[in-house]
Amino acid sequence: MSTIPEDLKYTESHEWVRLEDDGTVTVGITDFAQESLGDLVFVDAPEAGGSFDKGDACAVVESVKAASDVYAPISGEVVAANDRLADEPELINTDPYGEGWLMRMQPGSASELDELLDADAYQQVVAESD
Amino acid sequence: MGNRTSLYDAHREAEAKIVDFAGYDMPLHYGSQIKEHRIVREDAGMFDVSHMCPTDVTGAGAQDYLRRLLANDVAKLAEPGKALYSCMLDERGGVIDDLIVYFLAPERYRVVLNAATREKDLAWMRRQTAGFDVAIEPRDELAMIAVQGPNARDKALTALPAPVAQAARDLGVFYASEADGFFVARTGYTGEDGFEIMLPNDEAPAFFAALQQAGVSPCGLGARDTLRLEAGMNLYGQDMDETTTPLEVGLKWTVAFEPEERDFIGRDALAKQREQGPARKMIGLVLEERGVLRPHQSVHDGELSGEITSGSFSPTLGKSIALALVPAGFGDSCQAEVRGKLLPARTVKPPFVRNGKARI
Repeated sequence: MSTIPEDLKYTESHEWVRLEDDGTVTVGITDFAQESLGDLVFVDAPEAGGSFDKGDACAVVESVKAASDVYAPISGEVVAANDRLADEPELINTDPYGEGWLMRMQPGSASELDELLDADAYQQVVAESD
Repeated sequence: MGNRTSLYDAHREAEAKIVDFAGYDMPLHYGSQIKEHRIVREDAGMFDVSHMCPTDVTGAGAQDYLRRLLANDVAKLAEPGKALYSCMLDERGGVIDDLIVYFLAPERYRVVLNAATREKDLAWMRRQTAGFDVAIEPRDELAMIAVQGPNARDKALTALPAPVAQAARDLGVFYASEADGFFVARTGYTGEDGFEIMLPNDEAPAFFAALQQAGVSPCGLGARDTLRLEAGMNLYGQDMDETTTPLEVGLKWTVAFEPEERDFIGRDALAKQREQGPARKMIGLVLEERGVLRPHQSVHDGELSGEITSGSFSPTLGKSIALALVPAGFGDSCQAEVRGKLLPARTVKPPFVRNGKARI
């Protein structure tokens, strides 16, 4: 059974989003996503300074089994990226909501955050794709 | 629901992620495929391979039959217990399946067929029995567990019943022994030392538990695939099938052209291909950049193009490796098309890894 923390927002493409106190958001892939992929071996994380529109492919996570695009859950600028993932891609497997975070973004618009799924709605998505 | 082996409940108990493989519900991994891979390279792991199909070939004509059926020559098996790897070919030299054949006793052999090709193989084998005094009997009541790794034999010997361990202790590479309903062979599909053990289905769960007690970790089909790829071993249905001959996929060493008078199925086609030189060959590839080579990606040497048949991440080397089927004149350096990008790859001669050590 995969973990879906109550305090996060989600996308249908299995990214999670956490609104931080300073108004930025942290983005990663969900426990369900990492479990489906299996052991990760490469992560092409986004670079700080780049910017994405909502739905843009912003990163690639590659496991022994398959390569998968990660999509920007909101529009905005990348203010930080998780450099550790280059050498320790397995952090996404071991701690998808913590040390396995992908990037931090400065949201371009507040309204996009409201469009994200809450934990219950994401639970539904997971149940349907399982 | 697919077919289940006698160890299905044990896999669930060990929290396996179960996937369909050739119609069987089989463990893909028990948490981490890479961890299981390393356990086999460094210590001892076990795989449930009960979906494979041990089939006994018996009768006064068994040897003559197998010398006609297989591209390798069972007459090389001088001593009971000795095993041989071979392809089973059609008349055009295409590979119907690859298998290990064990010489158990005069007039008694055992072949182990792949699960996915079971029905096709048995139908073919039965069709070839005309004129031979031979019986073909699949042994569905047997489970099969592969125990592999540098410590695999030592650990397995402590879990086997004493008379079985006694018979298996001094087995040479590619030899098998039988005792008390157990069949123990020093064979495998990982590039490591170890045993493949057949035993009655109803005894398999207790033996699986005994192996766990002895410190042998359950490993899934995921690790089995990366281990065999590192070891440079072909996977039937992926690296070879009826459209390829053994000469094209790096298995020329398994075809016994001598003695010349032995008329095995596919011989004429292979002899012709050997004379002309095969149009294709199997090569190993190492990707020096980040990324993972996958089946069906194309490879280019600037002039000629081929296709990756098996590709994955090599946990031992920390980079991606692959087997590719390419035209005979393919160059030493090439580019692989990985997710829309051309990445440089180095051509190598498999195996990539043997007995825990990098070979490239």
